[in-house]
Amino acid sequence: MTTADSSLAPRCGPAWRTPAVVFALGLAAWWLLPDQLGLVTRIAFTALFVLSLDLVVGVAGMATLGHAALFGAGAYAAGIFALRVHPDPLAGLAIGIVAGSLIALASGAFLLRYRGFTFLMLTIALAQIALSLAQKARDWTGGDDGLTGFTMGPLLGRFAFDLEGRTAALYALVVLTLALYVARRVTDSPFGLAVRGIHENRARMAALGTPVFVRLLTIYTLAGALAGAAGALAAQTNAIVGLDSLSFALSAEALVMLILGGAGRLHGAIIGAVLFTLLHHTASSINPYHWLFVVGGALMFVVLVPPQRAWAWLRSRLGAHESRPVPAVTQEELA
Amino acid sequence: MQLLANVLVDGLAYGMVLFVIAVGLSVTLGLMRFVNLSHGAFAMIGGYVAALLTREAGWSFWLALPAAVATTGLLGAALEALVLRHLYRRSELSQVLFTIGLTFFLIAATNALAGPQVQQIKLPPLLDQSVDLGFRTLPAQRLLVLCAGLVVALTAAWTVTRTRFGVWLRAAVDHPDTASALGIPIRAVQCATFAVGAALAGLGGVLGAELMPLEPYYALKYLVLVLVVVAVGGMGSLLGSLIAALSLGIVETASKYLASDWGSLFFFLAMALLLAWRPNGLLSRGARA
Repeated sequence: MTTADSSLAPRCGPAWRTPAVVFALGLAAWWLLPDQLGLVTRIAFTALFVLSLDLVVGVAGMATLGHAALFGAGAYAAGIFALRVHPDPLAGLAIGIVAGSLIALASGAFLLRYRGFTFLMLTIALAQIALSLAQKARDWTGGDDGLTGFTMGPLLGRFAFDLEGRTAALYALVVLTLALYVARRVTDSPFGLAVRGIHENRARMAALGTPVFVRLLTIYTLAGALAGAAGALAAQTNAIVGLDSLSFALSAEALVMLILGGAGRLHGAIIGAVLFTLLHHTASSINPYHWLFVVGGALMFVVLVPPQRAWAWLRSRLGAHESRPVPAVTQEELA
Repeated sequence: MQLLANVLVDGLAYGMVLFVIAVGLSVTLGLMRFVNLSHGAFAMIGGYVAALLTREAGWSFWLALPAAVATTGLLGAALEALVLRHLYRRSELSQVLFTIGLTFFLIAATNALAGPQVQQIKLPPLLDQSVDLGFRTLPAQRLLVLCAGLVVALTAAWTVTRTRFGVWLRAAVDHPDTASALGIPIRAVQCATFAVGAALAGLGGVLGAELMPLEPYYALKYLVLVLVVVAVGGMGSLLGSLIAALSLGIVETASKYLASDWGSLFFFLAMALLLAWRPNGLLSRGARA
């Protein structure tokens, strides 16, 4: 096997390694920054959302700008469930996951018949349709005012959501860790490799006998489940669901985070989400009106100086001479 | 009947504005294969320049309009020559990221320079009145938009199909290396095309200020609509963009008049149906990958 092939082979490290590292770092942040727990929670559910996007964009190679529809579906489902049925957080999380995957299954059955630019535009259209429907269904979603007034019950019947957000942050972190483990196992499984194969060359995988449409629909539904979980977490920890959870801006920002961290290798999604959320947080605390300057500037900078090149430069500066191929889908391959 | 006529006139005017803005995007996206998401920002800059010139500097609308168009064209040319041309060979994703970053940057810049409020363009008395067409009276501004849209459509179609520049453009797009070997100045052609597209976006921003209020988030808000027009019309097809812009403009206006609480539902529903029916757009220029 040549080096080029080994870069696409499943990674040899155990699947629990990345989730363990993420959990340890998150736990350290939870321990060391007791007054930034809201930010930790925010980073955790954002990272989960970007992770879900990575399954669609990085692994399956389908650029989408409508992923917020799945996030919003999970958020509204969890919020409405807490308000009208039962305040138990885990049941709400399950409802969010079901809602996200059902929406993904239904929309995917239509969307996945199209490719490239048409697929991209159709995802925008579906997300905007979902937004208009949520705006119209004022009785259920609260419309422009947002869905509020629900309180969460204690987690597992024991740990109440406190005012500082200690429970919320830990809860979000645990869900993120579990989701990362599941996503890692799935992408390294034969199924995940088939999806990567479809990304590389759809015609060849079809000729090999892979049921392309079914594989893509499955991964899209799985991504919908994770996005729904992220939405449910956001709804439960913020105790409010706004129309912005379905917005185009959210989809676009998630895509930006994914590219920032590197698409296709899962931990890139986490890194991107952490970087972007921290950047957003700092820039908007310096000047709430002009944080777009910083984000826009960072985006242009990332394109002109791609992270891979920057990392390679850094590595060569630090004297690491072995040229290990980056086990990732680079930006150029994604086109 | 009155309502139907209003919907038709406003819808056609709205569609014409969308078309004028979309022409440049359709050409860069469909012919030059460059995904330019900062196109909405060009329209916004055109509108802002006209608004500031007419209101603050007291210029006449008829002077401010060409000034705004020229400013956006020059800005487009400068951007293309300095930065964007290095991105032509990069992946679509890099182009998307860079241009959306540029859009964010320009939004922040407009917000910082002109503030978050909606900008009004002061219209001359000639455009403020109504025009009696015999069977119906129309606001003169709508009439100007409709005429300008038609002129842009005809000129653009004529330029691409009938002039030497159009031949150069198509050659530079289809076989850049061969075209360059034949002595066609493809760099100049690309730069000029991009600049004209940006200038037209600026024109659309000025003309459409009544229908699409000028505020800092204009660049993102209407970018989606313009992208939809290009996708539905077929990338690189001028006639397709025109048909798509007019029909989607009428759908959007009709839903605003008749079912305003549904938001943009019908617009995007129409778009999804049209795209599902013809995935490459109504009229696509040749086969695409």
